Amino acid sequence: MTIKEMTVKEVAKKVLNKENLFILDVRTEDAFQDWKIESDSFDYMNVPYFDLLDGVEEIIDDLPKDKDVLVVCAKGGSSQMVGEMLEEEGLPNIYSLEGGMKAWSEHLEPVKVSDLKDGGELYQFVRIGKGCLSYMVVSNGEAAVIDATRMTDIYIDFAKQLGVEIKHIFDTHLHADHISGGRALAEQTGGTYWLPPKDAADVTFDYAKLEDGEHVTIGSTQIDINALYSPGHTIGSTSFVVDDQYLMTGDILFIDSIGRPDLAGKAEDWVMDLRETLYTRYQELSDDLIVLPAHFMIMDELNEDGTVAEKLGVLFEKNHGLNIDDQDEFRKMVTENLPPQPNAYQEIRETNMGKINPEDEKQREMEIGPNRCAVR
Amino acid sequence: MDIKTDFSLDAKGLACPMPIVRTKKTMKDIEAGQVLEVLATDQGSKADLAAWAKSAGHQFLGTIEEGDVLKHYVRKSSDEDSQEKKHPNVVSNDDLKEALNHEDTLVLDVRESAEYAFEHIPGATSIPLGELDERAGEVDENKQVYVVCRTGNRSDMAAQKLTEKGFKTVYNVVPGMSEWSFDTTSNQ
Repeated sequence: MTIKEMTVKEVAKKVLNKENLFILDVRTEDAFQDWKIESDSFDYMNVPYFDLLDGVEEIIDDLPKDKDVLVVCAKGGSSQMVGEMLEEEGLPNIYSLEGGMKAWSEHLEPVKVSDLKDGGELYQFVRIGKGCLSYMVVSNGEAAVIDATRMTDIYIDFAKQLGVEIKHIFDTHLHADHISGGRALAEQTGGTYWLPPKDAADVTFDYAKLEDGEHVTIGSTQIDINALYSPGHTIGSTSFVVDDQYLMTGDILFIDSIGRPDLAGKAEDWVMDLRETLYTRYQELSDDLIVLPAHFMIMDELNEDGTVAEKLGVLFEKNHGLNIDDQDEFRKMVTENLPPQPNAYQEIRETNMGKINPEDEKQREMEIGPNRCAVR
Repeated sequence: MDIKTDFSLDAKGLACPMPIVRTKKTMKDIEAGQVLEVLATDQGSKADLAAWAKSAGHQFLGTIEEGDVLKHYVRKSSDEDSQEKKHPNVVSNDDLKEALNHEDTLVLDVRESAEYAFEHIPGATSIPLGELDERAGEVDENKQVYVVCRTGNRSDMAAQKLTEKGFKTVYNVVPGMSEWSFDTTSNQ
């Protein structure tokens, strides 16, 4: 008997549409506590698969019979086994998540943010399982990718579909929570890889220096990418203003939180840089700019249409991290009681510097888990 | 490091859940207290095996990575904790910690070599209980011998054996490594 499978794309749609689903997660308790498929409209149950090897009778009464049950594991093998056992017991509507949490972590959902002036387009790639956001700016046959994930095929295929050529690849900073696809994408497309030089002191490869005030034009129609030095999460963190309308904040400012300054081991040193960026540099920008961050932390940060975007003026009112008048209180918030650091963040940084080159399988393992780049 | 085990299971190339399914099956065929080595390439097997062992009551000893291969070590559960101890000279972990300062102290660790390999008291001599009869000659009779295992049971039997063989001063350290809070080292 082969069990019905549900793809990560189908699950992503259910999350975005706030549909109900019952998740039976058969990974270890630690893995489940650390990171799971998040949705307010889902119900959850966690029983490790190895406790079910002798039979599933014990959990049958706890599973709903009138709706879909999705069995989830790390890679899709154990969920198939458990799913088949449940079907043999006569349970209807049992599905196994194809590819497991690994596939969930790697799935990118492209969402169109808006048209740009002069016919360009802006897309946001929502990595829903990990909360990473990357972008493609398209104009007149050319494209730029910002904060690319290591799943570079997705951008290349997407550009092919649109009939555009990827010319520029940017990283807003040296990432610590996920492996950048920037360098690989540049190699595969012949595009230019831009990185803030202050974050790139130890990198082992060539790159174009992304510095304050740099302008890069995509296509011939003047879609401007205007770099704005905005340190704090890292010392080199750089924001972009795209087409005079969109502010790409990287890991400095999120919708409901702000960047943490400690992932390169310099929390104390960088606190005031972070404050300067958020409370002075950003204040000088137009309230009408639409903030597009490199992460989201909770599903509430997603808009109805699946995008993660909000006006800067709204964030100045509503984002707690932008409303702490007292400097000491701010310092305390971003240096004390921080959430745990991301899984393998030091190895991830070294990979992004080109110092180590782990195998694909190892890279997947390094990225397992939620992103934890923010403080709330 | 080279670890001697009673059994080895080759689960290389198998994807989850097979490494655990095979391990569970193999554990049924080995005796309580014996150590199984599991060779696997599935990166997820490390966390899963540790969690499974805990849930099933077995003792997960540790994992060594050799290139792409993960070598896991699990010791089958035994009821040793509940057994009555017979050797009269019993000392505590704290007593042993104090005795480590004396030159004539000899720490004899009688756990399986895999248990010893992952964590032991610096300077301890390893002779698993099962090998003690033939290797007792390696132990210096003129020293104060402190026998240690995980919970004090195997060391109790080892202390009795040594006494029978004519050793004068033999102490059983109770509880032993399961609650040892002082310095340790590993073979790695």
